[in-house]
Amino acid sequence: MRMPGAKMVVEALKREGVEVVFGYPGGTIMPFFDFLHREDIRMILNRHEQGAVHAADGYARASGRVGVAVSTSGPGATNLVTGIATANMDSIPLVLITGQVPVDMIGNDAFQEADIIGISRPITKHSYLVRDVEDIPRIVKEAFHIARTGRPGPVLIDLPKDVSVAEGDFTYPEEVNIRGYKPILNGNSQAIKRAMDFVRRSKKPVIYAGGGIITSEASAELTAFARKTGIPVTLTLMGLGAFPGTDPLFLGMLGMHGTVAANQAVSECDLIIAVGARFDDRVTGRVSKFAPKAKVVHVDIDPAVISKNVLVDVPVVGDAREVLQEMLKLAEPLPIDSWREELMAWKRENPLTYRQDCPVIKPQYVVEKIYELTGGDAIITTEVGQNQMWAAHYFLYDRPRTFLSSGGLGTMGYGFPAAIGAQAAFPNRVVFDIAGDGSIQMKIQELATAVLNELPVNIAILNNGYLGMVRQWQEFFFDKAYAFSCLGQRPSCPRHCNTPNEECPPYVPDFVKLAEAYGAMGVRVERPEDVEGALREAIQSPRTFILEFLVSREENVFPMVSPGAGINEIMIG
Amino acid sequence: MDYTLSVLVENHPGVLAKISGLLSGRGFNIRSIAAGETEDPSVTRIIMVVAGDDRIIDQVKKQLDRLVDVIRITDLTGIPSVDRELALVKVSSSVSRRAEVFQIVDVFRAKVVDIAHKSLTVEVTGELGKVEALIEMLKPFGIKEIVRTGKISMGRGEAVAEKGGESRA
Repeated sequence: MRMPGAKMVVEALKREGVEVVFGYPGGTIMPFFDFLHREDIRMILNRHEQGAVHAADGYARASGRVGVAVSTSGPGATNLVTGIATANMDSIPLVLITGQVPVDMIGNDAFQEADIIGISRPITKHSYLVRDVEDIPRIVKEAFHIARTGRPGPVLIDLPKDVSVAEGDFTYPEEVNIRGYKPILNGNSQAIKRAMDFVRRSKKPVIYAGGGIITSEASAELTAFARKTGIPVTLTLMGLGAFPGTDPLFLGMLGMHGTVAANQAVSECDLIIAVGARFDDRVTGRVSKFAPKAKVVHVDIDPAVISKNVLVDVPVVGDAREVLQEMLKLAEPLPIDSWREELMAWKRENPLTYRQDCPVIKPQYVVEKIYELTGGDAIITTEVGQNQMWAAHYFLYDRPRTFLSSGGLGTMGYGFPAAIGAQAAFPNRVVFDIAGDGSIQMKIQELATAVLNELPVNIAILNNGYLGMVRQWQEFFFDKAYAFSCLGQRPSCPRHCNTPNEECPPYVPDFVKLAEAYGAMGVRVERPEDVEGALREAIQSPRTFILEFLVSREENVFPMVSPGAGINEIMIG
Repeated sequence: MDYTLSVLVENHPGVLAKISGLLSGRGFNIRSIAAGETEDPSVTRIIMVVAGDDRIIDQVKKQLDRLVDVIRITDLTGIPSVDRELALVKVSSSVSRRAEVFQIVDVFRAKVVDIAHKSLTVEVTGELGKVEALIEMLKPFGIKEIVRTGKISMGRGEAVAEKGGESRA
């Protein structure tokens, strides 16, 4: 069937089963949107391209499907960059479609031209510049395949305007065959056997699992493996939800803000079974002090992460789910009761905790209440910093795809648009963005998107008037000099100020009025006793809801491991 | 030490940029890189010399292998291979000293490919050591310009870096 290139792209999206597209129009991409708006595919018009790509990312993380974001050329494309990098670091499947100036104008510094292929090269899994309209079906097919298979990631298709309007024959390929791209799914059976020999011989094993479990839908297998063998589990930030947070075998998150039990377990164990995790520096702390007594079994679909940061004794390249299924067949209960008891004692004696020692709301309390009032059945997105860590600590994630957070890149401004994407995927679920007053302002314009698309996202702003994590580091490592981390600072303030008090000028913006201006609900909560009522109202409300909690200003995230220290050198607070 | 990798990639625009960008972006140190079409016009072969140790080179191979456009990587380090580099060296040389230059060029089995009033250009092909030794010998005359292709390598005998060859990195 002959049709213009732009229509081919829309047709291809339909063949791929795309139900929602996030985007923002502009000159070179207009032909695409012209065809899209004649179709049943839902288009959510964000208010900034970065919002669109984060929303597509949130949609992908919540649903397990490929997220799609579309922008125009030049600034539209460059505005995608932070979101693409975010998805790339966390291995999230996205297809990005950008308009481009006509092929014969590329390189001429044309209006709204940017070399987005070049700019995005290090932050995409793959990219295509479409030069011939006839290539569109194959390229879109390949793009979705590459985005969702292997170690997933963002794939960008740059679509010049003249290719969009040129006509060609549309035949959608049945299969993909790329000679340089053949992800290994089945783990080598010898390697799996060897890994299980290590497991059987270990006296003090611990499972360290990450986002790969969620990507490969291996939660059931991981849980079965841990319960069958009796091996305790720690998760990375990206892995939260991959193993039930309420399971007695769960030790909590590990790493810089990991629990005492998890960090002690890794430091004392004789075997680490790493699955779908990449020994990130926020997990390992100083590598030379990481798990000094342990042999390491590492299961990952990406050979490049194996032995990258930590030398591995038994590498198993493969899909986490397939490998765990094989490991499960060989698994048997291990006689490690005393080790498990030791870990359970650490867990009992060192719970995550905070002191409700003042009449001001504690941010941890807000997260705890969200957990309690939703019965744990909510999708939580986070911004980055203290809010992110408290969201990781005080909400127990029992199911995968319920904790959406920018783990690798650490992108402020991620949480709110991601919540929009998650809510678009699941209109009837409770979605909370746990935000800071700093990060929420990075993508605040998406309030219009949420309100107009009738997405009842709840935003819990933990307002401490600071870029809280920056302030915390300044308190610990910069002699308590709060340089540019106070969000209320004005020229009239003392140059050096680390003593917030009653005299401080009023906060900007007024989040309640801001919510009203966008047509959202807005409530400010100042006293601990009002937290619960306000949360109930937000959860029940069918509207986009901002809850601004005025929280204790200098609350710190604990436990904490100083950067460069071993992860057993823990500050408890 | 230096490692030699033979990398087969899709012959598309931008692939070389992808590869060199990946190597520089991850802080790897490339000594030389030489690319050209193969017997199959849809495939380009890149011979790169990378400095590092076993662990670094393992990462280089794995990171390259993640690229969709990379078809196959063969590590030619330490396996019997024919290694060549071509260099053009422009040397200052007055008429009176030309004979000396010619003598050196003869010993190295190089060629003089251009002569002007104040300079001459030498073409040398060979293993890295030979090229560097010749350059060293020409230095006293005053080197005006050097153009080197970078090393190219091919496994000897049946050791081939082919599409259906040995296992992936």
